[in-house]
Amino acid sequence: MKRKKHRTLSTYVYYLAMLAYLVVIAYPLYLMVVTSLKPNAEIFKNPLGPPQSFYLGNFITLISRANFNLYFLNSLIVVFVSLFCIIIFSSLAAFILAKHGFKGSTFLYSFFVAGLIIPIRLGTISILKMMIGFGLHDTLASVILVSIATGIPFGIFILTDFIRMVPDDLMHAARIDGYSEPKIFLRIIIPLLLPAIASVAVVNFIPIWNDFWFPLILLKSQSVRTVPLATALLFGQFSTNYGHVFAMLTMASVPVVITYLIFSRWFIKGLTEGGLKG
Amino acid sequence: MGSNTSYTRRRVQKILFRLGFLLPALLIYTFILLIPIVDSMRLSFYTGSGLIPNTFIGLGNYIKIFTQDVFRERVWGAFTNNIKFFLIVTLLQNVLGFFLAMAVTRPIKGASFMRKISFIPTTLSVLVVGFLFRQILNPIWGILGNFPWLGNEFTALPTLAVAVSWQFIGESILLYTVGIDGIPIELLEAARIDGANWFQEMRHIILPAIMPIVGIVTLLIYVGDFTQFDIVYAMTTTSGNPRFKTDLFGSLFYRTAFSTPARGGWGMGMGAAVSTIMFAVVAFGVGIWFFVFQRKRDA
Repeated sequence: MKRKKHRTLSTYVYYLAMLAYLVVIAYPLYLMVVTSLKPNAEIFKNPLGPPQSFYLGNFITLISRANFNLYFLNSLIVVFVSLFCIIIFSSLAAFILAKHGFKGSTFLYSFFVAGLIIPIRLGTISILKMMIGFGLHDTLASVILVSIATGIPFGIFILTDFIRMVPDDLMHAARIDGYSEPKIFLRIIIPLLLPAIASVAVVNFIPIWNDFWFPLILLKSQSVRTVPLATALLFGQFSTNYGHVFAMLTMASVPVVITYLIFSRWFIKGLTEGGLKG
Repeated sequence: MGSNTSYTRRRVQKILFRLGFLLPALLIYTFILLIPIVDSMRLSFYTGSGLIPNTFIGLGNYIKIFTQDVFRERVWGAFTNNIKFFLIVTLLQNVLGFFLAMAVTRPIKGASFMRKISFIPTTLSVLVVGFLFRQILNPIWGILGNFPWLGNEFTALPTLAVAVSWQFIGESILLYTVGIDGIPIELLEAARIDGANWFQEMRHIILPAIMPIVGIVTLLIYVGDFTQFDIVYAMTTTSGNPRFKTDLFGSLFYRTAFSTPARGGWGMGMGAAVSTIMFAVVAFGVGIWFFVFQRKRDA
């Protein structure tokens, strides 16, 4: 009898905690979205309530006057080119590490996976030096290269693990049928790898979209700004125009939140494997 | 003889195939991630006014940092701020993260919804979260009163730490949730049949099972916090206002290496020395983690 009561009590405590936490998470995000949908005068009159009308003026100004559509496009280019390369390069290397082991391949695997914990920021000075040397400074290519290098350790980590689970018999059978190794990779491994590739893509999408440090260091011209860089630079300019500021923060957040909500299954799978086995 | 050459040819082909598959990842990873870190360490032994320091001065930059007050004060300040920042974030994310993970792993209504929602802040950019909190703390919204949270020397750094924890607690919840889900139900049921109460269950079953996760969560926080820059940039500018009270290693590194002397730049060589010190601090933490958590697991 006593036990039962105690269980219910702890359940209530947990419920209360979840509710409090929900408010703590949701309230700042609510304010962000709600404020972005109000004209400035309304923000001062009614800072906390829902918007009186669905005002899109802040967003329209960002796109028409601040070129936000261009920054969006730049960010999308960086994200998609980087993800494409991370997936191709990581799965190629993972295929060798998982199925064509050689002397030193376990070391090579650890060598790659060590990158999960190495903060690439600490090499920024040399990266800047190198990008200037290659003439890639102030181009999206510089940010793309850095994003690929940052994403490869996670890609190899997840994909090697996954390819190891592909039965060797399947590959032997393919070889007997006359498949070459590249063909095995393309026709057998890649199709089986798709869920893992989805995890790698979603988990990498978020930090690449959000990266602010490398664009800040490597990009100068307005035409190559990414969304976080533009957000930072326009923040000062708009600092008194709260509607614009909040619309900008909302626009920078919507792509990642939507991607996460749609792909959360793959996302959580990838992240927990990455975090817990490492 | 003929079979021998075809054997050699097949061997060469095999090596080329492996090399071709490995090379793109290996080259980019080595040349963009690893070599620059080592090269930055090398540059910390050089000085020069341009973008590329070219005069070798041995330990000169480090001697300056550790003996001249102007430099020592900043580096020491960033180091102590960073430790405080790390301790606050670690406490919040581990304790609250674990407790909330306990809540969302209960078979109660809304738990799976909360699991999903709790991760949303983690997906946002640190920069956006920083700007968002800076705006919300503005007295116009008046949610947290008129107090200058970011202007006060004692509250500014904890405020930044709370903002970062608000964002990344979702990651702690996620990892703890996986750990708690992994505890076999039979184990918990057996304990209940034996009459274990909530505290005994916690102490003897749940906590031992999630200790490795405490290690991983803390490690992730450690590496993230000792290279944290975006939150300082967004909330208290790159000079870590007020009066460098929120200056962290990340913002110090940015100023010293990439700002003009008027805005706190010390030249690239000194910047490289700062990033090398950061590397040592990060490596120290990773080493401890490895020693405490990984070695035990292997044993």
